[in-house]
Amino acid sequence: MESIKDKVAIVGMGCTKFGERWNAGADDMIIEAAQEAYADAGIEQKDIQAAWVGTMFSGDTGRCLSEPLKLNYIPVTRVENMCATGSDAMRNAAYAVAAGVYDVVLALGFDKLKDTGWAGLGDVPFPGTGRGLIGSQGGSGPSVFALLATAYFAKYKLSPQEGKRMIGMISVKSHHNGAKHPKAHLRREVTIEQVMNAPIIAWPLGLFDCCGVTDGAAAAILVRADMAKKYRKDPVRIKALQISVGQNQGFCRSDFEYTSVYETVHAGKRAYEEAGIKNPRKEISMAQVHDCFSITEAVIMEDLGFSARGHVRDDIEAGFFELTGGLPTQTDGGLKSFGHPIGASGLRMMYEVYKQLQGKCGERQLKNPQLGLTHNLGGFPASATVSCCIAGL
Amino acid sequence: MVGIRAYGAYIPLYRLDRAEIAKAWRSPFPVPGEKAVANYDEDSLTMACAAAIDCVRGIDRGEIDGLFFASTTPPYKEKQCSTIIAGAMGLRRDILTADFSGSLRSGTIALRAALDTVKAGSAKNVIVTAADIRLAGANGLNEMFFGDGAGAILVSSTKVAAEYIGGYTISEDFMDQWRSDKDTFVRAYEERFIRESGYTRIVPEAVNGALNVCGLKPQDITRFTCNTDDPRHLMGASKILKFDTAQVQDTYFMSVGNAGTAVPLMTLVGALEECKAGDTILAAGHSDGCDALVFKVKPQIEKVRDRGGIKRHLESKRMMPNYQAYVLWRGLMYMEPQSRPGRPTESLSALWRDRDWGLPLRGCKCTNCGTPQYPMQRVCQVCQTVDKYEPYSFADRKAKLTSFSNDNLAITEVPPLTIAVVDFEGGGRLTCNMTDREPSDVVTGMAVDMTFRWMHYVGGVHSYWWKCKPVRF
Repeated sequence: MESIKDKVAIVGMGCTKFGERWNAGADDMIIEAAQEAYADAGIEQKDIQAAWVGTMFSGDTGRCLSEPLKLNYIPVTRVENMCATGSDAMRNAAYAVAAGVYDVVLALGFDKLKDTGWAGLGDVPFPGTGRGLIGSQGGSGPSVFALLATAYFAKYKLSPQEGKRMIGMISVKSHHNGAKHPKAHLRREVTIEQVMNAPIIAWPLGLFDCCGVTDGAAAAILVRADMAKKYRKDPVRIKALQISVGQNQGFCRSDFEYTSVYETVHAGKRAYEEAGIKNPRKEISMAQVHDCFSITEAVIMEDLGFSARGHVRDDIEAGFFELTGGLPTQTDGGLKSFGHPIGASGLRMMYEVYKQLQGKCGERQLKNPQLGLTHNLGGFPASATVSCCIAGL
Repeated sequence: MVGIRAYGAYIPLYRLDRAEIAKAWRSPFPVPGEKAVANYDEDSLTMACAAAIDCVRGIDRGEIDGLFFASTTPPYKEKQCSTIIAGAMGLRRDILTADFSGSLRSGTIALRAALDTVKAGSAKNVIVTAADIRLAGANGLNEMFFGDGAGAILVSSTKVAAEYIGGYTISEDFMDQWRSDKDTFVRAYEERFIRESGYTRIVPEAVNGALNVCGLKPQDITRFTCNTDDPRHLMGASKILKFDTAQVQDTYFMSVGNAGTAVPLMTLVGALEECKAGDTILAAGHSDGCDALVFKVKPQIEKVRDRGGIKRHLESKRMMPNYQAYVLWRGLMYMEPQSRPGRPTESLSALWRDRDWGLPLRGCKCTNCGTPQYPMQRVCQVCQTVDKYEPYSFADRKAKLTSFSNDNLAITEVPPLTIAVVDFEGGGRLTCNMTDREPSDVVTGMAVDMTFRWMHYVGGVHSYWWKCKPVRF
């Protein structure tokens, strides 16, 4: 079995302004992200040989990409893997390049969530009876992830106040970073008091523990690594691309504790192995992880081996994940502040890693970053679809 | 010998102080006591199911070959409810099911039918379960009077705890209380007419008929049970029949209220709980005539004591905070919906495929590694063995709460919705809703058990499934 490491490079990326884009349709955002990526790579659309498009709610088949862009009948595949959709579109695009079938491909993710008329997410149709599924019993997305918080607080004997402070600090950090990004959705700093006193959405999660529901698109141009320097002097090389998909374990097995998401552990381990990373806490320069809810980020930090089991709170309190810390996380604000148009999020994360590695992040710029990690978690903590990608110069 | 093999009951956890109703309407006619109120996720079907489950406690359900459901408030006009109850209880397919409706006497009519069926030998064990959840116009006496509840009797030809001696029935068209096909709320005719020309004439006639058939005198009866629209009417009839107050079974008017079709069975269950071997019970059911059935209690009664029955259900209660909660639970007011997409319609074919599994909360146990799992997994979650499993029921198992969330964003009639992750004694996990709880009392590690509840109503379909609840007793 071969590794993807250093076989594929990203030479251009684009990302729209995220937010409630009442004036823009999905097509507008797709064009916006693609055009930025073309210009960044210094290519024309006709140079693209194949494309992968990811969307969960906002389009079907490859036509949702080829129609707005007019892609001249090249192959286009639509990818859907819930919140890992964008990352999986990029993974499939990278594999096609690594296979030697194509030299230049486009991966683009988008979702236009604000056209549903609902403040929250739209409906996800499910097969079968829905019995045993939280959503079909009336439960919302926040309650699905609140189960992590309740169980985590109980296992590590955190009082509701202590627990809510721990996860609240995560949101304070993300809003701080997002406020510095002109393309972020929610660009206002918040205090720990605001976070902890916010209305409860799904106990113990309050309003500021939940990410935004957002419109947006992000795109990447991928090429063979040995050709990358032809396009730019600072291409970003892919070091690892992993996906792990659950088997309903947390809904069936009583040994699933709701304090760890197995798929993150699996995807992380495989990604480190693929990238040749021995000590992720030291070797990874930054992480853009799937903070759909503040508790999710806390658990991810432990599942990815950044913090010791049960000790993420110490790292949060110590500022380890802040811009000035040992392992800056959500440097663009994350899902929490930058926003979460499902299909775009994985590529938006890579956009931030790409720009940080190239030193283009202004006041958010990290000092000499070497390796960046992106992570998406789709579905349920009890049975998830998780992507873990690592990229470096 | 044919008679009653076991009994069971169900009274909702929640009670409304009648003073709250009086307060809401500034009623000039306050009625003392409280009434039992079904939670928003309960109806006649779920309450009847709970009573039937209580009734067959300790009895192999494979022995049951009939289930009769009686109610004037069944959730379906066209569609049998007893099959849903039988399905939820995991009863066999080759059984007789029937819905008895249209009269508050439906419970005793069903009981007579069950006794006759078993006597005729066409069934050995028939459950009769009755429940009602009737609505009365606001600020009327019946709003004060009506309560919710259920009673169940297992009629059998073996292990009889109370032998059926004989009975007498009168059928008479009499308009006292009724609902037409266009009515939601119960209507009633003039009270004095109902009492004098109806109840206190018809009930004594039927009871005397039964005494005559059985060769008994009023003083031979240990306990006389009967439903009534008003306890004063029952007292009037008892006086005419020369029954002492001590002989007349309490109708739980002060604690449950008038639970309609359920009352004849609930009062019979109450009498069975209190009677001992050798006692004689005359159980009557009134409306559109009257049934009067006589039972002789046998020593076997002592073997079926361990169940919820009336007593434990009465003792286990929680007061509702106010009248608004009642209005909300009964859906009597248009509530602003959640700003979220509505519920999708159910796949009836998918539900049908799940009839032997999800409906009775049956999962599987891997015969290779022994892990219990819900839902049924053809490929074992633990050892990945394919198609080697046996059915495994979770519905009667105790469990503990592993994690939860009180969800304010959920689509529910009464937010927050408590999402629960429960782990069963002996293994197995379920993610479900928690009901009959105070959100602030929910803590990880608490003991819960399962209850069959109404889930939602979409596209004309009432959906039912299992929820967990704090253990009541």
